[in-house]
Amino acid sequence: MAAISVRGLTKRFGDITALSSVDFEVREGEILGLLGPNGAGKTTAVRILVTQARPDSGQAQVAGADVVKNPTEVRRRIGYVPQEITVDRYLTAREQLSLFADLYHIPRQRRPRRIDELLSLVGLEAMADKPSRNYSGGMKKKLDLACGLIHEPEVLFLDEPSLGLDVPVRRAIWDHIESLRGRGVTVLLCTNYMDEADRLCDRVAIIDQGKIVAADSPAALRAGLGGDVVTVEPDGVAPAGMRAEGARSAEGNAKAEAPAELLAARLEAILDRLPFVRGTAREGPRLHIYVHTNETALPRVLEAASAAGISLRAVAYSRPGLDEVFLKYTGRAFAEAQAEELVRTSAGQER
Amino acid sequence: MADVYREASVREAARLPADALPRFMQETRGQLVRWLIHLRREPFNLLFALVQPVILLVFFGGALQRFGAPISPGGNYRAFILPGILALTVFGNSMAGGIPVLFDKESGFLARLITAPVTRSSILVSRFLAINLLSVLQCLIMLTLAALFFGVRVASGAAGVAALLGIGLLLGFGVTIISLILAFSLTGHGDFFALLGIITLPLSFLSSAFVPLDVMPGWMRWLAVLNPMTYAIDSMRALVLGGSELWSGGLLLRCCAALTAFDAAMLILGTSLLRRRL
Repeated sequence: MAAISVRGLTKRFGDITALSSVDFEVREGEILGLLGPNGAGKTTAVRILVTQARPDSGQAQVAGADVVKNPTEVRRRIGYVPQEITVDRYLTAREQLSLFADLYHIPRQRRPRRIDELLSLVGLEAMADKPSRNYSGGMKKKLDLACGLIHEPEVLFLDEPSLGLDVPVRRAIWDHIESLRGRGVTVLLCTNYMDEADRLCDRVAIIDQGKIVAADSPAALRAGLGGDVVTVEPDGVAPAGMRAEGARSAEGNAKAEAPAELLAARLEAILDRLPFVRGTAREGPRLHIYVHTNETALPRVLEAASAAGISLRAVAYSRPGLDEVFLKYTGRAFAEAQAEELVRTSAGQER
Repeated sequence: MADVYREASVREAARLPADALPRFMQETRGQLVRWLIHLRREPFNLLFALVQPVILLVFFGGALQRFGAPISPGGNYRAFILPGILALTVFGNSMAGGIPVLFDKESGFLARLITAPVTRSSILVSRFLAINLLSVLQCLIMLTLAALFFGVRVASGAAGVAALLGIGLLLGFGVTIISLILAFSLTGHGDFFALLGIITLPLSFLSSAFVPLDVMPGWMRWLAVLNPMTYAIDSMRALVLGGSELWSGGLLLRCCAALTAFDAAMLILGTSLLRRRL
């Protein structure tokens, strides 16, 4: 059974269509990333799923309950960590967790132990009894996350969990999210960071202008682009006329007598016949080899080169990112979409 | 029941079908504790809120003592205005009571609260309890100061003090609802503070806080009659000053009825307005 199932979800704010008949499913125990530029509709979708807003049409079920017909049941089963930091700065971490324990009806006798568990999970034990106004941004975010976990939710909604955090804190937050995998928690994560989606998510749904344009695992989305690229540059002699005297005397090796372009062409002819190569392209002395997304491609290219007696001066392996995926499905670059959406929605609201 | 809780996992325990009332009590208590912690961490707020009433009692009362003596039974103008000061304290507290909720709305904390499986009214009830606890504390401090420094005694005794606080709560109830309505209707706290600044002063003069209604110009009297503070003040004044008509004339009853009507009207208005916004 799907932990989240969304069908035909539509929401308008005046003239702006924030969500336009969105369908998607999140399987139990999965981390699904909702990836899109600001204003794409991520937060609107989450606000409907956590029962803060009502859809204009369509249906959504979370943890087996309908968000419109049975919101209380949904609220009991989900955790929600909003984009903004929502810690009460007068309260200590322990007091804050205690408040959330009451909001989620954790029996009082179970509370101290549960709070200690969470404090140690996010590493806030040392500051647990200091008011949170003295916390760093990262500590507040960790406390926010802990509050969302207090009742062991079946489904956790994280809206931009690492927004505005510095690199080490982002990593720590990511580690906490990853630690939820395998504990039976389903996670829906909104993000506009490609690397975050890539690192954390089992599947990514790309959302743009209120529509889901693609949904698959990050690897499969990338594979759809034509796979990874190995780029090699043979170690040949410089072309005639540009040869430096000193270089010539230093390179006594017979194999290096041929110019790099020639060696690249020779290598291309060899590689083109191999099954794991999807295609090749030459760019001066450099040879781009398009391979199926597979880490074994690189050693095999190197073996082929050494078998042909061609030594290489440079090797690069590159993997197209979700940036390229976004470009492919929406026809525009992510950064550009980000800027356009801000203009489009500035009259309305993404919240 | 307790044993079942001990055995179950946190997830199960949080879901056990408990009665609605214990759940409501737990969520309200949790939120009330939050407000009390605020009060404890910022004890000066309690004192700042007392600055204005103390100024009124000491300086306003002092300056107008000779003018006010003829209209003051017993000749102590401070005793005459003390009920007005108490009502203003309650009014000010209650009007400001929505501000933390507005801050919660602005910070996103409220959005998080309403995503929890809590009864919506627990958010309002906890706030209401916190505000009125503060009001009671402040009224007791003002009564003590007035007794210690200016010899103002509540003529009706300890029962009268209890009745004074009860009337304060009747006034505070409706005003708190107004404040909560404003908190949910206004876009930002700037508007809220501006509005507070505008309404408090005229409403204190358009009441029986400083002069009895029958010495006011007619048009002001008509406005003051519509001000719920007037009813709180008149009944509190009867309790402070005592006198023969206190228990007989039905003044207390009339005033309490007026305040109850005001509370009921605000409750109905508030419920219909807030239901849509929460």
